[in-house]
Amino acid sequence: MSSVFVQRIIYGIVLVLAVIILNFMLIQAAPGDVVDVIVTEAGGGNPVIVDQIRTAYGLDKPIYVQLFKYLVKMLTGDLGYSYYYDKSVLSLLLSHLPSTLMLALAALIIAVFIGTLLGVVAALHPQGISSHLVTVFSLLGYATPVFWLGMMILLLFSLYIPLFPAFGIRSIPVPETALARTLDVIHHLILPIFTLSILFLASYSRVGRASMLDVLGSDYIRTARAKGLSEIVVIFKHALKNAALPIVTLAGLQLGYIFSGAVLVETVFSLPGVGPLLYESIMRRDYPVMLGVLFGAAVTTIIANILTDLSYRLLDPRIRGIS
Amino acid sequence: MRKMIFNNKDLPSLFEEEPEKAEIWWVETARMFYSNKAAVVGLSGLLIIVFVGLFGPIFFKGDPFAIMQAPFTKPGHLTALGTDYLGRDVFTCLIYGTRPTLAIGLIATAVTVLIGISIGAIAGFYGGTLDNLLMRFTEFFQVLPPLVFAMVIVAVFTPNFVTVVFAIGVTTWTSLARLTRAEFLKIKEREFVMAARAVGANKYRLILRVLLPNALPPLIVAITLRIGMTIITEAALSFLGLTDPDIMTWGKMIGLSRDFFFEAWWTVTFPGLAILITALCIALIGDGLNDALNPKLRGR
Repeated sequence: MSSVFVQRIIYGIVLVLAVIILNFMLIQAAPGDVVDVIVTEAGGGNPVIVDQIRTAYGLDKPIYVQLFKYLVKMLTGDLGYSYYYDKSVLSLLLSHLPSTLMLALAALIIAVFIGTLLGVVAALHPQGISSHLVTVFSLLGYATPVFWLGMMILLLFSLYIPLFPAFGIRSIPVPETALARTLDVIHHLILPIFTLSILFLASYSRVGRASMLDVLGSDYIRTARAKGLSEIVVIFKHALKNAALPIVTLAGLQLGYIFSGAVLVETVFSLPGVGPLLYESIMRRDYPVMLGVLFGAAVTTIIANILTDLSYRLLDPRIRGIS
Repeated sequence: MRKMIFNNKDLPSLFEEEPEKAEIWWVETARMFYSNKAAVVGLSGLLIIVFVGLFGPIFFKGDPFAIMQAPFTKPGHLTALGTDYLGRDVFTCLIYGTRPTLAIGLIATAVTVLIGISIGAIAGFYGGTLDNLLMRFTEFFQVLPPLVFAMVIVAVFTPNFVTVVFAIGVTTWTSLARLTRAEFLKIKEREFVMAARAVGANKYRLILRVLLPNALPPLIVAITLRIGMTIITEAALSFLGLTDPDIMTWGKMIGLSRDFFFEAWWTVTFPGLAILITALCIALIGDGLNDALNPKLRGR
């Protein structure tokens, strides 16, 4: 177990290095360099001074030296500086990433939980209404753009039936007590979480139904039934464990998509996460922030992948011994 | 060193698939597809949308960027589907947005398919170190959230048709690569592949004429579904303003009106429905193809 853990960590570090190299390549590929940006912002400049700035930034050095410097810089946590926000990219990420992760995680947990449950119900009645509903639901989930769904939900539950606040994460003025503040934030987060989870839920319910049908046809379930266990025990104690594995796998593979979805949902609901940060930085051509967000997203996914992989090993004894 | 028995061009097609059998297989697949009502509905719907995309702008003259009526004109009042905050006609935008939306969807999917199948096929065919390297490469791309990565690519290069297609293609090929590789690994050891090897078929022939055609059924389904997802990804990029400034797409319509949709629901609802219906038609076709091509997996 521990050697597997070390292996995964090393592989994770290699991936992080690869992401940094990718970022470097994107900077190189972008038309113009940092100095061009500075010169443009200053409204032109003396070519001699421009060359001096280039030397100061090390841009006259060969490309591998620049790459090495960039690697060292990124690995020591220096992700660059945003002149617009007047903050380091790292501090921007640390203040924006957690709420995005919360949104993605909440949506993911709800989607996996309810999706599995729906799949189970549908699998118990393969020709019943619930089965058809899961099919229709998953088709709609596939076909609906998440940002548009967010807007429709806002129109419905915020404008026409004003149950939930439309934008932001806090009411103004901010409520006095801590409890009221927490409830207020939750109140603001219900629609975004609902929007994000429902689409993933749709695909999980279909996978859940398929894998449950598979499992229910297997011999060990027949044995469990034959020894007289109640249907509830058979399904929830015996079948569900195996039926849930493909969903966990799928959710693990889709982490990047969930992150992307969270970014869109945040943009629609004006939540203070990575989404609006990325959007604003793109509109302002704020490259350090843009690349910082890509880096942060990738590192988060790498860590989440390691955690999923390890928890999967804990869940499934069959692959515990395999490295 | 391997000795060639005869020219690869003269190889009998015996080891690929008997022509008559292949024909029967296609006819059977088509028959099963057409017996699926939902799939036929999806196909008809998509054909109508493609028709609108191809011929709409010819029959219906207009300019999606022109101001046609007062801003926020309601649907059914002077205009069919209303106008946006500048007075652009939503119906005209929908008609003129169809072609670019479908074109980007198709071309970007083609890029995705090209990258995904090439990498998956090479990894699955050669195995060993090359497979290992290519799969690590694929995992690296899986770590980058597709939309965030695509946004950065489009933003770093200027947003236009080519960069959008390139960005979507580069960020969404991983699942196809994995699927192709898995299929190749499954088929590689089967007798007809061994037989083709034994008579001296070269690598290209083995990959392109023997393995790929036999791996196609699940790939066709995945590619079909990928088109719908590409259209939605393109819509998301357009929604965020990361698109060619000179073309109107459905996603862009939603993005342009995102600050005003509480005043004018029609400006975002109709283009969103257009995306939803298109993707739904594609999903129905994909489901129908899945049932027709992989009868064993029916209903999954």
